[in-house]
This record gives sequence, structure tokens and C-alpha cells, in this order.
Amino acid sequence: MLKKLENIGTYTLTGLEQTGRTFNLLLLVLWELARPPYRFYTIVRQIYFIGARSLSLIVISGVTIGMVLGLQFYSILERFGSVNLLGAGVALSVIRELGPVMTALMVVGRAGSAITAELGIMRITEQVDALECMAISPNKYLVAPKVIAGLISVPLLTAVFDSVALFGGYFVGVVMFGVAEGSYMNGMIDAVEWEDVRLGLVKSVIFGVLITLICCAKGFYMHLTKAGSQGAEGVSFVTTDAVVLSSIAVLFSDFLIGAIFS
Amino acid sequence: MTEIPAVENAITIRDLVVDYGTRRILDGINLDIPAGQIMVIMGGSGAGKSTLLRCILGLKKPTSGSINILGTEVNGVRARDMHALRKQMGVAFQGGALFSSMSVAENIQLPLREHTRLDETTIEIMTRIKLDMVNMLPHEHLMPAELSGGMTKRTALARAIIMDPKLLFFDEPSSGLDPSTSAELDELIIMLKNSMRMTIIVITHELDSVFKIADHIAVIGEGRILETGTPEQIRASTNLEVQDLLHRKARETVVDADAHLRRLVGEEE
Ligand SMILES: Nc1ncnc2c1ncn2[C@@H]1O[C@H](COP(=O)(O)OP(=O)(O)OP(=O)(O)O)[C@@H](O)[C@H]1O
Ligand SMILES: [Mg+2]
Repeated sequence: MLKKLENIGTYTLTGLEQTGRTFNLLLLVLWELARPPYRFYTIVRQIYFIGARSLSLIVISGVTIGMVLGLQFYSILERFGSVNLLGAGVALSVIRELGPVMTALMVVGRAGSAITAELGIMRITEQVDALECMAISPNKYLVAPKVIAGLISVPLLTAVFDSVALFGGYFVGVVMFGVAEGSYMNGMIDAVEWEDVRLGLVKSVIFGVLITLICCAKGFYMHLTKAGSQGAEGVSFVTTDAVVLSSIAVLFSDFLIGAIFS
Repeated sequence: MTEIPAVENAITIRDLVVDYGTRRILDGINLDIPAGQIMVIMGGSGAGKSTLLRCILGLKKPTSGSINILGTEVNGVRARDMHALRKQMGVAFQGGALFSSMSVAENIQLPLREHTRLDETTIEIMTRIKLDMVNMLPHEHLMPAELSGGMTKRTALARAIIMDPKLLFFDEPSSGLDPSTSAELDELIIMLKNSMRMTIIVITHELDSVFKIADHIAVIGEGRILETGTPEQIRASTNLEVQDLLHRKARETVVDADAHLRRLVGEEE
């Protein structure tokens, strides 16, 4: 019993400690970003890795989600005889919720895990130490470009996701089920306010920073945790951890942002 | 001619204590590393040599004690001063620590690209000079994963000296190398001292290279300095542990294995 309590205490403490380190990393990154030299090329390369390389995944999942939504909304709305709301339903759920969340989760799975593994390996093979000894700040050189790339890529990917998802919904509703094109489009245009777009944008920006930051911190600070002494196995631990943690962070902050903005 | 007087110390370490958790790894280290010479730090495995190096490099915060490098006190140093200090240090890590996403040449160029505004041709030439020094010129386009152990160490050395540092640290240059490659590295280290007047700190197990390259030797055992002095003084040391290390008997490993076995049995009960 006492042992269990003790365990809970330990978990809470490590949790708090890691959260603190992650936010500390954010501050360090912001500080480093403010100072020259500015690494446009490194950032571009990271945007390519996080953003461009995730594009096909985002397009495929976006179309699929849009089609699924079209299907579900159609069968529900048909019961109430209000299929003219189909466009509005699909558009609002994609732009407000599913677009940012699904995109963030996809990026976590594809790029986030790779970020953690890369930084973790660099840490245990002393590459991070080597950078520091060369008087090159690892925060600036390794972490900051990734966080910036996340900040830029995730909103852009979300925009792509949103548009292809709307197309997917259109395809199912208008092409497959024969909903009038005019009512689909007008319903959508009437329903979606600037507020909805802004909510989606805010979410995707926050998710972009959050997931890259968590994934970077997990790998970068690997040596400070138990996994640090476990070599390759430790890298796999922190990678799994990072994926789970950033997914939860996305879902939870999605709720928080939704609650704050409405 | 600015002959560096032998009395001047590049690094001064006083009463250095380092703990990992509750374990005391270094227990009151006092060490003077003279400028412009080769200092070899030797000692059994787990004696704390790499830990001492990490402290000097500012990668590990000591529990107490002071480290003075080129006149700068490392403990509590401002980030900007540490930055300036590190530009004068070159480090070749035990495992090489080459950046796996960059080729041999790119690895070596990184400090130049980060800290200088040299044009592409100059960087190219400087890289080639250093690559040639370590005999890696034919392999400049290989990636770190494609290198052998010796090639990795030579590349790491080239990267460490690309900025012509005042201080060069080399952790285990010859472990795992064949005798001729290891001899080549030894000659290179001596050449660096003679031609570039670097202060060189080498950590090594290999007795052959110790006595070939060392101007000074410090022997570490169980977190303490057992003996310091010139190679002759170390050879003549009356300290039993030092003699043990010099005549690396099988006894040491037998004792180790025995203790290990007992610990295992103890844990099982
Ligand atoms: N990150 C760490 N956490 C806990 N203990 C550590 C850590 N790094 C080293 N140690 C301990 O410190 C002691 C000294 O280690 P160190 O790496 O300095 O030895 P060394 O003299 O370099 O040995 P070797 O010649 O085998 O490289 C060892 O007992 C090791 O277990
Ligand atoms: Mg070592």
C-alpha cells in the first residue's frame, strides 16, 4: 500500500519534472531564435521533413475522413430530411475539430517519433555533447529548427487536410448521393464563420509547437531519465513515450482550447 | 619565438569532487596540466577518467572543487565566456560522436561553417589539409556509418583540430585499433604538439602509446590521483596500484570476476 503511494508520488514528481524541462526547453528555443545567426536553411530542411514528407499521408487521410463524414452525416441528416445541411456539417466538424486534431496526430506518428529517435540517438552517441563542445548550441542547432518547422508545417498541413476533407465530403454527398451541389456549397459557405477558421488555425499552431516540443524534449533530455542508461532500448522507450504523450497532449489541449474559445 | 615556459598551466584542477547520485566517482582530484605538452591520463576501467574529462569540458557539473582553464574559472562561468573557451578546445570523443547525417568532410567543416565567415574554397582547402593529416582524404565522401573504428577515430581527431584549438582532448585514441594504426595516431598527436604547440590531454589504456607520447602522466584510481609525474617517475613509482596498472597482470581481472560473482550470488539470495 505504502509502496503504491510512493510510486504515485514518484510518477507525479517525474511527470512534473519533465513538464518543467519541456517548458524550459520552449523558453530556451525562443531565446535562441531571437539571436543570430538565423538558420533558414536548416528550418527549410525540417519543414521539408515534417511538412512536405507528410503531405501524401495527410491527403489520403483527409480524403478518407471527409468521405466518412459525408457518409455518416448523410445517413443521419436524411432521417430528418435535412440533407441540405450536409455541407455545413462536414465543413464545421472538419474545420473546427477533425482537421487540426487528425493532422497533428498524423504528424506525431510520422515525424514526431522520428524526431525523438533522432535526438535520442544523438544524445546517447555523444553527438549532442560534441556540438556543445564545438560551441554550437544544440538548442539552436537541433531543437529550434524543428519547433519552428512544426509551427509552420502543421497549420499548412491542416489547411491541406481541411480542403481535401471538404472535397471528400463533397464527393460522397454530391457525386454519390446526389445532394444538390448548390445546397451543399451554400450550406457550407453560410455556416462557416471566420471564428471557426480562426479556432482551427489557433489549434493547429498550438498543436504544431506542442508536438514538436514534446518529441524534441523526450529525445533531447533522454539522458536525464532512466532510459538514458539503456542505450538503443532506451531510445525505443522514449520514442513510444513521446508518441503517446504528444497524442494525449493534442487531445487534451484540443478540449482546453475549445473550452476557452467558446 | 614565444617559448611557453614549462611552469605555465593550461588547466588547473583543485579538490574536484563528483557524485553520480549517491556514488562518489571523483574524490578530491588535484591536477595541473602544463601548457604545450602532452598529458596522459591513465587508470583502470571505471576509474573516472571520462568523468574527469566531462567535467573539464563543462558537460558535467562537479559537486565541489574548481577547474581553471586558460585562466577562466569554469565553475559558475557565464555562458558567453564558456562559449569563447570552447572555441579554443577540440574534443575527440571515445566513440567518435560524428554527426551521422553528415559525410566525413561535412563533419569536419561544421565548426568552420558555424564560427567563421570563410568562403567555400578556403573551407574546402582547410578541410583537405586536416583530412590529409589523418589520412582520410580518400574517404571524405563516406558517411559515418560506413567508417571502420579507426577511420571514425581519425575523423573525430580531424574535426577536433579543424579550428586549431589551443587545447586538444582525446579520449581513448587507440582502443580497438590495430598496432600500426594506433602508432600512426600516436605520431600524429606528437606532431600536433610539436608543430602547433597544442596542449594535448590524452586518455588511454594502451601502455605502449602512453610511454611513447606522454610528457606527463597522471594515474587515476578509484576517483583519486594515485601518482603524477614524467614517464620515468611513473615507471619508478612505489605505489602498488600504479605498478599493478603498469604490469597489467591477469590478477586484476581475476579479482574483478571473483567480486562480480560474489555480488551476483549475493543478489540472488
Ligand atoms: N551517467 C552516469 N550515471 C551514473 N554513473 C556513471 C555515469 N557515467 C559514469 N558513471 C560511473 O562513473 C564511474 C567512472 O566512469 P568513467 O566513464 O569516468 O570511467 P573511465 O575511467 O572513463 O572508464 P573507461 O576506461 O572504461 O572508459 C563508473 O563507475 C561509472 O559507473
Ligand atoms: Mg572512458
